[in-house]
Amino acid sequence: MPAFLRDEKVRGILYQLITITLFVVFLFYIAQNTSHNIEQRGIKTGFGFLHSTAGFDITESPIEYNPSDTHLRVFEVGLLNTLIVSAWGIFLSSLLGLIIGVGRLSKNWLINKISAVYIETFRNIPVLLQILFWYNVVLAMLPSVRQSIDIFGVFYINNRGLFMPKPVFQDGASIVGLGFVIAFIAIYFISKWAKKRHEETGQPFPIFIVSLAILIILPLIAYYLAGKPVTFDYPHLRGFNFQGGKTWTPEFMALLFALSIYTATFIAEAIRSGIEAVPKGQKEAARSLGLSPFQELRLVVLPQAVRIAIPSIINQYLNLIKNSSLAAAIGYPELVTIFAGTSLNQTGQALEILLITMLTYLIISLFVSLILNWFNAKMKIKER
Amino acid sequence: MVYPPKHSKEPPVLERGAIAWIRHNLLSSPFNIAFTILGIAILYMVIPPFIHWAFLDATFVGHSKSDCTGDGACWVFVKEKLNMFMFGFYPQAELYRPKIVIVSLLGLLAFSKFFKGRGVIKLALIIIFPLFAFIMLHGGYFGMPIVETQKWGGLLLTLVIASVGIVLSFPIGILLSLGRQSKLPIIKSLSVFYIEFVRGVPLITVLFMASVVLPLFFPEGVNFDKLARALIGITLFEAAYVAENIRSGFQAIPKGQYEAADALGLGYWQKMGLVILPQAIRITIPNLVGTFISLFKDTSLVMIIGLFDLLAMVTVTANDRDWLGMDTEGYVFVAFVFWIFTFSMSRYSKYLEKKLDTSKGR
Repeated sequence: MPAFLRDEKVRGILYQLITITLFVVFLFYIAQNTSHNIEQRGIKTGFGFLHSTAGFDITESPIEYNPSDTHLRVFEVGLLNTLIVSAWGIFLSSLLGLIIGVGRLSKNWLINKISAVYIETFRNIPVLLQILFWYNVVLAMLPSVRQSIDIFGVFYINNRGLFMPKPVFQDGASIVGLGFVIAFIAIYFISKWAKKRHEETGQPFPIFIVSLAILIILPLIAYYLAGKPVTFDYPHLRGFNFQGGKTWTPEFMALLFALSIYTATFIAEAIRSGIEAVPKGQKEAARSLGLSPFQELRLVVLPQAVRIAIPSIINQYLNLIKNSSLAAAIGYPELVTIFAGTSLNQTGQALEILLITMLTYLIISLFVSLILNWFNAKMKIKER
Repeated sequence: MVYPPKHSKEPPVLERGAIAWIRHNLLSSPFNIAFTILGIAILYMVIPPFIHWAFLDATFVGHSKSDCTGDGACWVFVKEKLNMFMFGFYPQAELYRPKIVIVSLLGLLAFSKFFKGRGVIKLALIIIFPLFAFIMLHGGYFGMPIVETQKWGGLLLTLVIASVGIVLSFPIGILLSLGRQSKLPIIKSLSVFYIEFVRGVPLITVLFMASVVLPLFFPEGVNFDKLARALIGITLFEAAYVAENIRSGFQAIPKGQYEAADALGLGYWQKMGLVILPQAIRITIPNLVGTFISLFKDTSLVMIIGLFDLLAMVTVTANDRDWLGMDTEGYVFVAFVFWIFTFSMSRYSKYLEKKLDTSKGR
């Protein structure tokens, strides 16, 4: 071996030069082949297609959309639908995961075992299978529009979906919104003051109950002062379908329920392992200080458990967002179904469309990991 | 004086045996009683209907849909289509081939469990067995007719994808994790970019990429079949997750281990291969099994790019005109099969975790 090759630094530079050369050659090779292939097959290139007419309809869209809109609009509709189903999924899976996770820690043997069976069953079955099961089996059993299941004359369930009332905001509704804003500001300052007083004098303040009261009473006062500006638009049967109100389509429900039930198992496990990770001595210390079981949980166990549980819960939220792309199997019009599916088939510009789709998910992931990092930094044990 | 010791009194009836257990675990407080009632209500709502559907009212004998007269499940469907669920469209006459492969795989697993010899032989088997399996399944040699990969399906395909994914993503993952640990900035940033990119996107977009865009990357005439494209996509995807697992193993290795390896005069590859990696992988085995469980569940996604794995086979056969409306039985069967595999894998990882935990105390 020549002498200069025995120097670790020289070798390091050499290795990197080789790597980067191979990488660039590889990229060049791919780029050349791709451009040649694209030319051969007569596929268009560039991002101009985003401004051409899509020409297909989308079954549900939170914003105005019609077939003469562009592919860019399709992208927006898909992204919004992804975010909507993810937001609901995060909400439902947290709720369910919390219930199951607490059940898993219950001293009641029966509840404990039922929770364990729930977790072991649903997390070991592929989520795609669960989505298909909800869509093709459970929701397919629903009756036709004429035989809708009627819940208090407010909700209706049939094979077209779940129909429910939709709030309608009239003039003055902003006053109610203002009520909420003021309530939140008030809660922020009261809790700050309560914490300060607690640290100085040791006197506790029932911050939770007071906050809840403010949060309910203030908007309620605003609601009556403004002359009841929020009404509900109820769904009603007209002709062959329901009109008015808000609709959850079977596709949406199948995706939402399957994702929530699947993700809830992981959230439940995260909550359990977070609480179990708090050393026993902490609980014993809390009890010997004379704290009640509720205080023990609220002041000693939860603050420590949250530090361990939240990062993995946030990761599960990210997985839920990524798993929502499985809607492609049942046709809920989210990003992958309509943009990386229908738009791709129409334009044939697979490379561009898939890159945009992947980058979109990547940005969402980066955003979530930013939140995670912020949380970890905030929750880091502050040592003197 | 002798004081013979008196037998201590038995605990009160309420504090021993089954009664005490019930009192403590089910009825210790009013809340607890309420929860017990709730639990019984849940069980009552779920279990009897399921048992009626799956067993008591179910039909087990017969050959067609018309034999299913009960209210319950029509297991005749699963029984009649079992070969399709297991092997897809693999020709009937050649079914002995996948069967031989599966039996020899099981034999190999048992062999490696009891075999105490050198790792070199195991390594050789890891390389030889896939070749053997491919020749057996694909044919073309020794007078076995060729069976195109399009005809592979069902559980066979699921297992092929899962095992190829696991075996290939492991070495790639190791290389990526080494790259991420590396002190060389270019290699490190390339690895970090790859790992974070792949972990940030859904598998389905990677599969689309592999099935639609990958053929564009190669010169005309180079043609991957669909299965190979799916395998490339899944392997590259899971490799990033394997890399992250191994990295978490690296972080648990004390600095002294690196220094000791340096002091012994080991080079980079010797240091990593003989000292650091064996420990890092050992620590992270439970996580790796977790990743392989997700990989196994993720194989069902190949259905979306048009391969006929177990889940897709059930969806196809349930749309068969003679068997319309059999989705429920099919899905329950698939769920059961997946559950058995993933549940036993997760038990195995728990067992490993315990085993590795005790060895620390030596």
